[in-house]
Amino acid sequence: MDAPTTTGFGAFVRDARELVVQPRMGFGPPRRMRRGLRATRDADATSVGTLTLDSYTRVGDLAAARRAVTEGTDLNGYPLLTHGPAATRRMLRGIGGPGFPVQVRHGSAAPQDIVRGLLAAGLHATEGGPVSYCLPYSRTPLAEAVHHWTRACELLAEARGPGPEPHLESFGGCMMGQLCPPGLLVALSLLEGMFFVRHGLRSISLSYAQQTDPVQDEEAVRALRALAAELLPGVDWHIVVYTYMGVYPRTPSGARALQDRAVALAVRAGARRLIVKTTVEARRIPTVAENVAALETSARTARALPRPDRAAADDGRDTQVYAEARALVEAVLCLGPDIGRGLLTAFGRGWLDVPYCLHPDNAGRSAGFIDERGRLGWSSVGAMPIGHVVTPRPAAALTSSGLLDALHYVETRLDLGELAGTGAHREPAPAGS
Amino acid sequence: MQTTAPGTAGPTPGAPATGLDVVVTGTSSDAHTWNLIYLELLLTEWGHRVSVLGACVPEELVVTEALACRPDLVVVGSVNGHGAADGLRLIAAIRAEPRLAALPVVIGGKLGTAEDTARAALPRLRAAGFTGVFEESAGTAPFRRYLDTLTAGVCR
Repeated sequence: MDAPTTTGFGAFVRDARELVVQPRMGFGPPRRMRRGLRATRDADATSVGTLTLDSYTRVGDLAAARRAVTEGTDLNGYPLLTHGPAATRRMLRGIGGPGFPVQVRHGSAAPQDIVRGLLAAGLHATEGGPVSYCLPYSRTPLAEAVHHWTRACELLAEARGPGPEPHLESFGGCMMGQLCPPGLLVALSLLEGMFFVRHGLRSISLSYAQQTDPVQDEEAVRALRALAAELLPGVDWHIVVYTYMGVYPRTPSGARALQDRAVALAVRAGARRLIVKTTVEARRIPTVAENVAALETSARTARALPRPDRAAADDGRDTQVYAEARALVEAVLCLGPDIGRGLLTAFGRGWLDVPYCLHPDNAGRSAGFIDERGRLGWSSVGAMPIGHVVTPRPAAALTSSGLLDALHYVETRLDLGELAGTGAHREPAPAGS
Repeated sequence: MQTTAPGTAGPTPGAPATGLDVVVTGTSSDAHTWNLIYLELLLTEWGHRVSVLGACVPEELVVTEALACRPDLVVVGSVNGHGAADGLRLIAAIRAEPRLAALPVVIGGKLGTAEDTARAALPRLRAAGFTGVFEESAGTAPFRRYLDTLTAGVCR
């Protein structure tokens, strides 16, 4: 966060005087997309725009995207490559710019064409990563995803000019959405960020998705900041928090309480940007108005919170999450200077092993669970080199009914109002517990 | 602790000593995997040996795996709303292979985008060659009964 850059997505977030909020939003027709972006910009909040692509474009089925556009079928996102750069520039005219940067969100393990398309449309910010967009949702071999993402990073970096600095966000803090202990999320986000930098990016963001316990989440965001400060010198970086990505509360009050906790996490732990969710998340795709309401509510909640104590907030090292993340990151960095190759070797050996991930290139020997205090822990660490900082609890391994309980843990408790308090004053648990 | 339901782990008391070899798979368009993880745990607890193919599995891969592993049962799980359409394509590919003509293959989950479209698809899926079709609203009991019957037949 200390590196100077010119303008662009990273600079906008760095220079913002309050938490930057961002929706998840994508519509097929350019006119609707423009309305959504304008409403996001005009919200009473410091906001950035999102252009979420449709799933046909995501998987490269451009014929299907073309058919849907021609026939006027509803798409679940904006078909960037089908509308093309001229129409997208028209759609963004007078809206996207230095005062309102727009980020493209997609989900592709092979994003080169998407990156070319967004650059041609005058955009410069996107997200993903070789691990985070490969293992959870695709069967693409990890080696291919590393190759594709290497090229995608190079394309973004080559587009650097006098204008906005290209920006790339790691989705690594979200693996599988839930039930992944935070140490591994922090490590993957950091490693993907380092991968981006090695391939030419100078402005990046690292993500962390809210999990089950507010204190553990805070430890995670602080650990991520501490590691980024150590390992990304001279890079413009910030942390983005994703509001809970698992099974979402169905009641408006439960959804609101979970959103409030995400805002508190971002502000207290020193994240600069927050991706919000709406109160209808569990039931349907939100409208533009519901998205704007979520942005404004989150901004108000953030403004009402006390500013975090700088000195305290900067210390992220004395925790269990930091110890696990540090051990994993060091293990991969020891494999050599090529982070992509290091990631491949690490997954091949099971040094990195995402729990409940069925991808053929994931070892699948680790498992997580939710402990008595509501924190995520390991019932098995597989071959991950964290045995010296973790005592796994094999007896806590999830059964089928235990898995269902764990997947619905946050939803059921917030719908009941049990966790509506933010847990702000609980002390972090000692490291090694 | 809420995440562990004591007594549900391991083979059910009274179940046959030898379980089935089961292949669990998603469909070609479905990236969801929590449903497959759940099925893996459930079938293991019921005493069966499970291998999971994962998300977005192409039809040919299911056929290849079934020929290579010769399982007692293939379980197809789908929750993305395209289960009926994807399931029909998958069962056509499996039944087109003569060596798999008699293989028990069942499908279950959220099979349509709405409850009525899912219900309407059930007879078509059976007619197309699925041995059993289990809609999510029915719970796990019919699936369990089917497995017990199949196990009794296979492990005689």
